[in-house]
Amino acid sequence: MTPGDIGDRLRSLPPGTAVALKLDPREYADQYFAVLSAALRDVGSDASTHTIYVAVTSPASFVWSLAQALDVSSDRISFVDAISHLMMRFADPLPNATYVESPRALESIMLRVEYLLRRSKSPRSTVIIDSVNSLAVHNPPELLSEFLHILLNNLKSRQVLTLVLQTTEEQAASVEQLLNLVVDETIDVARLGP
Amino acid sequence: MEGPAPAAAEPVPERRGEPATVLERCVTGIEGLDNILGGGIPRGNTVLIAGSVGTGKTTLSLEFLLRGAERGERSLFLSVTEASGKLVQNLSTFEFFRTDLVADGSLVFVDLPVVYEKLGLEREELSSDELDILLRTIRDMVRALGVKRLVLDSLTSLCYRIRTDEQIREFVLRFGEEMSAIGCTSLLVSEITPTQGRYSTRGVEEAIVDGIVLLWNARRRGDILRVLQIVKMRGSAHSHAQYVIELTPIGLLMTPHLKGNRNEEEG
Repeated sequence: MTPGDIGDRLRSLPPGTAVALKLDPREYADQYFAVLSAALRDVGSDASTHTIYVAVTSPASFVWSLAQALDVSSDRISFVDAISHLMMRFADPLPNATYVESPRALESIMLRVEYLLRRSKSPRSTVIIDSVNSLAVHNPPELLSEFLHILLNNLKSRQVLTLVLQTTEEQAASVEQLLNLVVDETIDVARLGP
Repeated sequence: MEGPAPAAAEPVPERRGEPATVLERCVTGIEGLDNILGGGIPRGNTVLIAGSVGTGKTTLSLEFLLRGAERGERSLFLSVTEASGKLVQNLSTFEFFRTDLVADGSLVFVDLPVVYEKLGLEREELSSDELDILLRTIRDMVRALGVKRLVLDSLTSLCYRIRTDEQIREFVLRFGEEMSAIGCTSLLVSEITPTQGRYSTRGVEEAIVDGIVLLWNARRRGDILRVLQIVKMRGSAHSHAQYVIELTPIGLLMTPHLKGNRNEEEG
Protein backbone atom coordinates (compact mmCIF):
# COMPACT_ATOMS: atom_id res chain seq x y z
CA MET A 1 0.00 0.00 0.00
CA THR A 2 1.40 3.38 -0.97
CA PRO A 3 -0.03 6.89 -0.68
CA GLY A 4 0.01 6.87 -4.49
CA ASP A 5 -2.35 3.86 -4.60
CA ILE A 6 -4.78 5.54 -2.23
CA GLY A 7 -4.39 8.83 -4.08
CA ASP A 8 -5.18 7.11 -7.40
CA ARG A 9 -8.34 5.60 -5.95
CA LEU A 10 -9.46 8.91 -4.46
CA ARG A 11 -8.74 10.88 -7.61
CA SER A 12 -10.81 8.46 -9.67
CA LEU A 13 -13.94 9.23 -7.63
CA PRO A 14 -16.54 11.71 -8.88
CA PRO A 15 -17.01 14.98 -6.95
CA GLY A 16 -19.31 14.73 -3.98
CA THR A 17 -18.34 11.18 -3.09
CA ALA A 18 -18.30 10.13 0.57
CA VAL A 19 -15.62 7.54 1.26
CA ALA A 20 -14.92 5.44 4.34
CA LEU A 21 -11.22 4.65 4.70
CA LYS A 22 -10.69 1.54 6.82
CA LEU A 23 -7.42 1.42 8.73
CA ASP A 24 -5.97 -1.62 10.45
CA PRO A 25 -5.11 -0.78 14.08
CA ARG A 26 -2.07 -3.06 13.92
CA GLU A 27 -0.56 -0.93 11.18
CA TYR A 28 -2.30 2.26 12.11
CA ALA A 29 0.64 4.68 12.03
CA ASP A 30 1.82 3.69 8.56
CA GLN A 31 -1.64 3.51 7.11
CA TYR A 32 -2.74 6.78 8.67
CA PHE A 33 0.29 8.59 7.29
CA ALA A 34 -0.30 7.05 3.85
CA VAL A 35 -3.94 8.26 3.91
CA LEU A 36 -2.92 11.71 5.09
CA SER A 37 -0.29 11.95 2.41
CA ALA A 38 -2.73 10.80 -0.28
CA ALA A 39 -5.42 13.20 0.86
CA LEU A 40 -3.21 16.24 1.28
CA ARG A 41 -0.59 15.73 -1.38
CA ASP A 42 -2.30 13.73 -4.14
CA VAL A 43 -5.93 14.86 -3.89
CA GLY A 44 -5.23 18.20 -2.22
CA SER A 45 -2.12 19.10 -4.19
CA ASP A 46 -4.18 21.02 -6.71
CA ALA A 47 -4.07 24.71 -5.85
CA SER A 48 -7.83 24.90 -6.41
CA THR A 49 -8.56 22.41 -3.61
CA HIS A 50 -8.96 23.29 0.06
CA THR A 51 -8.96 20.65 2.78
CA ILE A 52 -10.99 20.87 5.98
CA TYR A 53 -9.74 18.44 8.58
CA VAL A 54 -12.13 17.55 11.41
CA ALA A 55 -9.83 16.48 14.25
CA VAL A 56 -11.52 14.33 16.88
CA THR A 57 -8.77 11.76 17.50
CA SER A 58 -5.61 13.88 17.75
CA PRO A 59 -5.43 17.65 18.21
CA ALA A 60 -5.13 19.82 15.12
CA SER A 61 -1.63 20.84 16.21
CA PHE A 62 -0.47 17.23 15.88
CA VAL A 63 -2.05 16.74 12.45
CA TRP A 64 -0.71 20.11 11.35
CA SER A 65 2.83 19.06 12.26
CA LEU A 66 2.41 16.01 10.01
CA ALA A 67 0.96 18.15 7.25
CA GLN A 68 3.93 20.47 7.49
CA ALA A 69 6.23 17.45 7.07
CA LEU A 70 4.31 16.83 3.82
CA ASP A 71 4.98 20.43 2.72
CA VAL A 72 1.32 21.42 2.88
CA SER A 73 0.90 25.18 3.13
CA SER A 74 -1.36 26.64 5.82
CA ASP A 75 -3.64 28.38 3.31
CA ARG A 76 -4.68 25.04 1.81
CA ILE A 77 -5.83 23.36 5.00
CA SER A 78 -8.14 24.39 7.84
CA PHE A 79 -8.99 22.47 10.97
CA VAL A 80 -12.12 21.96 12.99
CA ASP A 81 -10.60 20.78 16.25
CA ALA A 82 -13.12 19.09 18.54
CA ILE A 83 -10.66 17.41 20.88
CA SER A 84 -8.12 19.96 22.15
CA HIS A 85 -10.50 21.50 24.68
CA LEU A 86 -11.33 18.08 26.05
CA MET A 87 -7.65 17.16 26.28
CA MET A 88 -6.81 20.50 27.92
CA ARG A 89 -4.40 21.25 25.09
CA PHE A 90 -5.74 24.58 24.04
CA ALA A 91 -2.93 26.86 25.15
CA ASP A 92 -1.48 27.50 21.73
CA PRO A 93 -4.28 27.67 19.14
CA LEU A 94 -3.44 27.40 15.46
CA PRO A 95 -4.37 30.33 13.25
CA ASN A 96 -5.86 27.97 10.66
CA ALA A 97 -8.01 26.10 13.19
CA THR A 98 -11.40 26.68 14.74
CA TYR A 99 -12.03 24.99 18.07
CA VAL A 100 -15.21 23.22 19.16
CA GLU A 101 -15.45 22.68 22.88
CA SER A 102 -16.45 19.05 22.78
CA PRO A 103 -16.86 16.19 20.31
CA ARG A 104 -20.40 15.93 21.67
CA ALA A 105 -21.28 19.30 20.15
CA LEU A 106 -21.93 17.65 16.79
CA GLU A 107 -23.99 20.54 15.47
CA SER A 108 -21.09 22.89 16.21
CA ILE A 109 -18.82 20.66 14.16
CA MET A 110 -21.28 20.86 11.25
CA LEU A 111 -21.53 24.63 11.57
CA ARG A 112 -17.76 25.10 11.66
CA VAL A 113 -17.39 22.97 8.53
CA GLU A 114 -20.08 25.11 6.92
CA TYR A 115 -18.30 28.26 8.04
CA LEU A 116 -14.98 27.13 6.58
CA LEU A 117 -16.61 26.03 3.33
CA ARG A 118 -18.23 29.43 2.93
CA ARG A 119 -15.00 31.23 3.64
CA SER A 120 -12.96 29.09 1.30
CA LYS A 121 -12.22 30.70 -2.02
CA SER A 122 -11.22 27.38 -3.57
CA PRO A 123 -13.65 25.92 -6.07
CA ARG A 124 -13.07 22.40 -4.72
CA SER A 125 -13.03 21.14 -1.14
CA THR A 126 -12.20 17.94 0.68
CA VAL A 127 -13.43 17.23 4.20
CA ILE A 128 -11.60 14.64 6.31
CA ILE A 129 -13.35 13.31 9.42
CA ASP A 130 -10.83 11.73 11.80
CA SER A 131 -12.44 9.56 12.96
CA VAL A 132 -15.83 7.90 13.23
CA ASN A 133 -14.45 5.73 16.04
CA SER A 134 -13.57 8.76 18.14
CA LEU A 135 -16.96 10.32 17.48
CA ALA A 136 -18.58 7.05 18.55
CA VAL A 137 -16.72 7.14 21.87
CA HIS A 138 -18.38 10.44 22.78
CA ASN A 139 -21.79 10.13 21.13
CA PRO A 140 -24.64 7.62 21.19
CA PRO A 141 -25.23 5.79 17.87
CA GLU A 142 -28.58 7.52 17.19
CA LEU A 143 -27.00 10.96 17.41
CA LEU A 144 -23.93 9.97 15.43
CA SER A 145 -26.09 8.41 12.76
CA GLU A 146 -28.11 11.63 12.38
CA PHE A 147 -24.93 13.70 12.32
CA LEU A 148 -23.26 11.65 9.60
CA HIS A 149 -26.43 11.47 7.56
CA ILE A 150 -26.98 15.25 7.57
CA LEU A 151 -23.33 16.26 7.22
CA LEU A 152 -22.42 13.82 4.47
CA ASN A 153 -25.53 14.50 2.43
CA ASN A 154 -24.95 18.23 2.74
CA LEU A 155 -21.36 17.84 1.60
CA LYS A 156 -22.43 15.53 -1.21
CA SER A 157 -24.90 18.10 -2.51
CA ARG A 158 -22.07 20.64 -2.58
CA GLN A 159 -19.77 18.34 -4.51
CA VAL A 160 -17.36 18.04 -1.61
CA LEU A 161 -15.20 14.91 -1.40
CA THR A 162 -15.59 13.53 2.14
CA LEU A 163 -13.18 11.06 3.69
CA VAL A 164 -14.27 9.34 6.90
CA LEU A 165 -11.50 7.54 8.71
CA GLN A 166 -12.41 4.41 10.63
CA THR A 167 -10.37 1.85 12.47
CA THR A 168 -11.47 -1.74 11.94
CA GLU A 169 -11.92 -4.20 14.79
CA GLU A 170 -12.44 -1.37 17.28
CA GLN A 171 -15.56 -0.55 15.36
CA ALA A 172 -18.90 -1.29 16.99
CA ALA A 173 -21.20 -3.17 14.63
CA SER A 174 -23.83 -0.44 14.79
CA VAL A 175 -21.35 2.25 13.73
CA GLU A 176 -20.12 0.07 10.87
CA GLN A 177 -23.71 -0.39 9.73
CA LEU A 178 -24.56 3.27 9.82
CA LEU A 179 -21.38 4.19 8.01
CA ASN A 180 -22.30 1.74 5.26
CA LEU A 181 -25.59 3.57 4.89
CA VAL A 182 -24.09 7.00 4.39
CA VAL A 183 -20.89 6.49 2.39
CA ASP A 184 -20.71 5.76 -1.32
CA GLU A 185 -17.48 3.85 -1.22
CA THR A 186 -15.31 2.00 1.26
CA ILE A 187 -11.58 1.70 0.78
CA ASP A 188 -9.91 -0.95 2.88
CA VAL A 189 -6.45 0.57 3.12
CA ALA A 190 -4.85 -2.67 4.31
CA ARG A 191 -6.01 -4.49 1.19
CA LEU A 192 -4.61 -1.99 -1.26
CA GLY A 193 -1.23 -3.62 -1.32
CA PRO A 194 1.67 -3.93 -1.45
CA MET B 1 -39.24 26.41 30.98
CA GLU B 2 -39.85 22.88 29.76
CA GLY B 3 -38.34 23.70 26.38
CA PRO B 4 -40.21 25.62 23.74
CA ALA B 5 -43.96 25.32 23.65
CA PRO B 6 -45.32 23.77 20.47
CA ALA B 7 -47.29 26.15 18.33
CA ALA B 8 -50.07 25.53 15.90
CA ALA B 9 -49.10 25.78 12.27
CA GLU B 10 -50.26 29.02 10.74
CA PRO B 11 -50.44 28.66 6.99
CA VAL B 12 -50.93 31.59 4.70
CA PRO B 13 -54.65 32.41 4.98
CA GLU B 14 -56.59 30.73 2.20
CA ARG B 15 -60.27 30.91 1.41
CA ARG B 16 -62.01 27.99 -0.22
CA GLY B 17 -61.60 28.02 -3.98
CA GLU B 18 -59.29 31.01 -3.95
CA PRO B 19 -55.53 30.98 -4.17
CA ALA B 20 -53.66 31.94 -1.01
CA THR B 21 -52.58 35.57 -0.81
CA VAL B 22 -48.89 35.91 -1.54
CA LEU B 23 -47.49 38.24 1.07
CA GLU B 24 -44.50 40.39 0.30
CA ARG B 25 -41.50 39.19 2.26
CA CYS B 26 -38.89 41.08 4.14
CA VAL B 27 -35.88 38.95 3.27
CA THR B 28 -33.87 38.91 6.50
CA GLY B 29 -30.64 38.19 4.60
CA ILE B 30 -29.82 35.51 7.17
CA GLU B 31 -29.83 32.56 4.82
CA GLY B 32 -30.87 29.81 7.21
CA LEU B 33 -33.59 31.94 8.76
CA ASP B 34 -35.04 32.89 5.37
CA ASN B 35 -35.09 29.23 4.41
CA ILE B 36 -37.13 28.15 7.43
CA LEU B 37 -39.40 31.19 7.14
CA GLY B 38 -40.30 30.37 3.58
CA GLY B 39 -38.44 33.34 2.13
CA GLY B 40 -38.44 35.87 4.96
CA ILE B 41 -40.71 37.63 7.41
CA PRO B 42 -44.00 38.85 5.92
CA ARG B 43 -43.44 42.57 5.32
CA GLY B 44 -44.78 44.72 8.14
CA ASN B 45 -44.93 41.92 10.71
CA THR B 46 -43.93 42.59 14.30
CA VAL B 47 -41.86 39.73 15.67
CA LEU B 48 -40.80 38.97 19.22
CA ILE B 49 -37.21 37.76 19.50
CA ALA B 50 -37.41 35.96 22.83
CA GLY B 51 -34.59 34.39 24.73
CA SER B 52 -32.56 34.33 27.88
CA VAL B 53 -29.21 36.01 28.39
CA GLY B 54 -26.46 35.10 25.91
CA THR B 55 -28.63 33.35 23.38
CA GLY B 56 -27.88 35.76 20.52
CA LYS B 57 -30.98 37.99 20.43
CA THR B 58 -29.15 41.25 19.91
CA THR B 59 -26.65 39.82 17.43
CA LEU B 60 -29.44 38.29 15.34
CA SER B 61 -31.31 41.60 15.41
CA LEU B 62 -28.22 43.57 14.41
CA GLU B 63 -27.56 41.25 11.49
CA PHE B 64 -31.19 41.63 10.39
CA LEU B 65 -30.70 45.40 10.24
CA LEU B 66 -27.28 45.25 8.65
CA ARG B 67 -28.47 42.89 5.91
CA GLY B 68 -31.41 45.20 5.32
CA ALA B 69 -29.22 48.30 5.05
CA GLU B 70 -27.03 46.43 2.56
CA ARG B 71 -30.14 45.78 0.46
CA GLY B 72 -31.07 49.47 0.48
CA GLU B 73 -33.73 49.21 3.21
CA ARG B 74 -33.17 51.89 5.81
CA SER B 75 -32.85 50.27 9.21
CA LEU B 76 -33.33 51.65 12.70
CA PHE B 77 -32.07 50.29 16.00
CA LEU B 78 -33.82 51.66 19.08
CA SER B 79 -31.65 50.87 22.06
CA VAL B 80 -33.08 51.04 25.53
CA THR B 81 -30.10 49.93 27.57
CA GLU B 82 -26.93 49.69 25.49
CA ALA B 83 -25.14 52.75 24.11
CA SER B 84 -25.13 53.09 20.31
CA GLY B 85 -21.35 53.40 20.14
CA LYS B 86 -20.93 50.00 21.74
CA LEU B 87 -23.47 48.45 19.39
CA VAL B 88 -21.63 49.81 16.35
CA GLN B 89 -18.45 48.34 17.79
CA ASN B 90 -20.19 44.97 18.04
CA LEU B 91 -21.20 45.27 14.39
CA SER B 92 -17.59 45.48 13.35
CA THR B 93 -17.17 41.81 14.30
CA PHE B 94 -19.19 41.01 11.17
CA GLU B 95 -16.86 40.73 8.18
CA PHE B 96 -19.53 42.18 5.91
CA PHE B 97 -20.05 45.30 8.04
CA ARG B 98 -19.46 48.55 6.15
CA THR B 99 -18.98 51.74 8.14
CA ASP B 100 -20.45 53.75 5.28
CA LEU B 101 -23.88 52.21 6.03
CA VAL B 102 -23.85 54.02 9.38
CA ALA B 103 -22.21 57.15 7.96
CA ASP B 104 -24.77 57.58 5.16
CA GLY B 105 -27.74 56.92 7.44
CA SER B 106 -28.75 53.56 5.97
CA LEU B 107 -28.32 52.13 9.45
CA VAL B 108 -29.49 54.43 12.21
CA PHE B 109 -28.99 53.97 15.95
CA VAL B 110 -31.10 55.84 18.44
CA ASP B 111 -30.71 55.69 22.21
CA LEU B 112 -34.22 55.61 23.62
CA PRO B 113 -33.17 57.26 26.91
CA VAL B 114 -32.19 60.32 24.85
CA VAL B 115 -35.66 60.30 23.29
CA TYR B 116 -37.24 60.02 26.76
CA GLU B 117 -35.26 63.03 27.84
CA LYS B 118 -36.21 65.12 24.82
CA LEU B 119 -39.87 64.24 25.31
CA GLY B 120 -39.69 64.93 29.01
CA LEU B 121 -40.59 61.33 29.87
CA GLU B 122 -38.40 61.21 32.89
CA ARG B 123 -40.71 59.68 35.45
CA GLU B 124 -39.97 56.09 36.33
CA GLU B 125 -43.43 54.95 35.32
CA LEU B 126 -44.92 55.97 31.98
CA SER B 127 -48.59 56.94 31.86
CA SER B 128 -50.88 55.99 29.00
CA ASP B 129 -50.58 59.49 27.60
CA GLU B 130 -46.80 59.34 27.75
CA LEU B 131 -46.80 55.96 26.02
CA ASP B 132 -48.94 57.49 23.32
CA ILE B 133 -46.43 60.32 22.89
CA LEU B 134 -43.57 57.82 22.70
CA LEU B 135 -45.38 55.69 20.14
CA ARG B 136 -46.19 58.69 17.94
CA THR B 137 -42.60 59.86 18.15
CA ILE B 138 -41.31 56.45 17.01
CA ARG B 139 -43.89 56.33 14.23
CA ASP B 140 -42.98 59.81 13.03
CA MET B 141 -39.29 58.95 13.10
CA VAL B 142 -39.91 55.78 11.07
CA ARG B 143 -42.02 57.72 8.56
CA ALA B 144 -39.62 60.64 8.26
CA LEU B 145 -36.59 58.44 7.71
CA GLY B 146 -38.39 55.93 5.50
CA VAL B 147 -37.40 53.08 7.80
CA LYS B 148 -38.19 49.58 6.52
CA ARG B 149 -36.67 47.58 9.37
CA LEU B 150 -36.76 48.36 13.05
CA VAL B 151 -35.39 46.70 16.17
CA LEU B 152 -36.43 47.64 19.69
CA ASP B 153 -33.87 46.24 22.15
CA SER B 154 -35.41 45.56 24.43
CA LEU B 155 -39.16 45.60 24.78
CA THR B 156 -38.58 44.09 28.20
CA SER B 157 -36.67 47.14 29.43
CA LEU B 158 -39.40 49.42 28.13
CA CYS B 159 -42.07 47.28 29.81
CA TYR B 160 -40.36 47.76 33.17
CA ARG B 161 -41.59 51.34 32.94
CA ILE B 162 -45.17 50.35 32.13
CA ARG B 163 -47.38 49.57 35.07
CA THR B 164 -50.28 47.48 33.82
CA ASP B 165 -50.66 44.55 31.43
CA GLU B 166 -53.42 46.48 29.65
CA GLN B 167 -51.02 49.34 28.89
CA ILE B 168 -48.46 46.91 27.51
CA ARG B 169 -51.08 45.19 25.39
CA GLU B 170 -52.30 48.53 24.05
CA PHE B 171 -48.77 49.74 23.32
CA VAL B 172 -47.66 46.58 21.48
CA LEU B 173 -50.94 46.36 19.58
CA ARG B 174 -50.75 49.95 18.37
CA PHE B 175 -47.04 49.69 17.66
CA GLY B 176 -47.71 46.67 15.43
CA GLU B 177 -50.57 48.43 13.64
CA GLU B 178 -48.57 51.59 13.02
CA MET B 179 -45.50 49.73 11.73
CA SER B 180 -47.59 47.43 9.56
CA ALA B 181 -49.34 50.41 8.00
CA ILE B 182 -45.97 51.92 7.11
CA GLY B 183 -44.61 48.57 5.84
CA CYS B 184 -41.89 48.49 8.46
CA THR B 185 -40.88 45.03 9.69
CA SER B 186 -40.03 45.10 13.38
CA LEU B 187 -38.20 42.90 15.83
CA LEU B 188 -38.97 43.39 19.50
CA VAL B 189 -36.34 41.85 21.74
CA SER B 190 -37.79 40.06 24.75
CA GLU B 191 -35.61 38.97 27.62
CA ILE B 192 -36.92 35.92 29.39
CA THR B 193 -35.55 33.61 32.04
CA PRO B 194 -35.23 29.88 31.36
CA THR B 195 -37.86 29.06 33.95
CA GLN B 196 -40.35 31.71 32.92
CA GLY B 197 -42.52 29.43 30.81
CA ARG B 198 -43.53 32.22 28.43
CA TYR B 199 -42.04 34.38 25.70
CA SER B 200 -42.24 37.81 27.30
CA THR B 201 -41.97 39.54 30.66
CA ARG B 202 -45.66 39.85 31.36
CA GLY B 203 -46.97 37.23 28.95
CA VAL B 204 -49.30 39.65 27.15
CA GLU B 205 -46.92 40.71 24.35
CA GLU B 206 -46.69 37.26 22.80
CA ALA B 207 -50.38 37.02 22.02
CA ILE B 208 -50.38 40.28 20.08
CA VAL B 209 -47.25 40.08 17.95
CA ASP B 210 -47.29 38.46 14.52
CA GLY B 211 -44.35 36.20 15.13
CA ILE B 212 -42.18 34.69 17.83
CA VAL B 213 -38.61 33.53 17.34
CA LEU B 214 -37.41 31.70 20.42
CA LEU B 215 -33.76 31.30 21.34
CA TRP B 216 -32.46 29.22 24.22
CA ASN B 217 -29.47 27.29 25.47
CA ALA B 218 -29.77 23.53 25.35
CA ARG B 219 -27.33 21.46 27.38
CA ARG B 220 -26.11 18.15 26.08
CA ARG B 221 -24.22 16.36 28.83
CA GLY B 222 -22.71 19.63 29.99
CA ASP B 223 -22.13 21.21 26.58
CA ILE B 224 -24.21 24.24 25.65
CA LEU B 225 -25.84 24.59 22.24
CA ARG B 226 -27.70 27.72 21.16
CA VAL B 227 -31.04 26.72 19.70
CA LEU B 228 -33.56 28.67 17.60
CA GLN B 229 -37.16 27.85 16.83
CA ILE B 230 -39.91 29.76 15.03
CA VAL B 231 -42.84 29.44 17.39
CA LYS B 232 -45.26 31.42 15.24
CA MET B 233 -45.21 33.64 12.17
CA ARG B 234 -48.52 34.91 10.86
CA GLY B 235 -48.87 34.79 7.10
CA SER B 236 -46.13 32.26 6.64
CA ALA B 237 -45.95 28.50 6.36
CA HIS B 238 -42.75 28.08 8.32
CA SER B 239 -40.66 25.34 9.86
CA HIS B 240 -41.38 24.46 13.47
CA ALA B 241 -38.18 22.47 13.85
CA GLN B 242 -35.35 23.36 16.19
CA TYR B 243 -32.03 24.58 14.83
CA VAL B 244 -28.65 25.01 16.46
CA ILE B 245 -27.13 28.38 15.64
CA GLU B 246 -23.67 29.87 15.76
CA LEU B 247 -22.85 33.55 15.55
CA THR B 248 -19.88 33.85 13.22
CA PRO B 249 -18.04 36.70 11.51
CA ILE B 250 -19.92 35.82 8.30
CA GLY B 251 -23.25 35.95 10.12
CA LEU B 252 -25.61 33.59 11.83
CA LEU B 253 -25.33 29.97 10.68
CA MET B 254 -27.93 27.30 11.35
CA THR B 255 -28.11 23.53 11.28
CA PRO B 256 -30.81 21.09 12.43
CA HIS B 257 -30.77 20.30 16.14
CA LEU B 258 -29.93 16.61 16.30
CA LYS B 259 -32.41 14.60 18.29
CA GLY B 260 -30.87 11.15 18.75
CA ASN B 261 -32.19 9.82 22.01
CA ARG B 262 -32.56 13.33 23.28
CA ASN B 263 -31.21 13.72 26.77
CA GLU B 264 -30.91 17.44 27.11
CA GLU B 265 -31.94 20.09 29.51
CA GLU B 266 -33.47 23.22 28.11
CA GLY B 267 -32.31 26.48 29.59
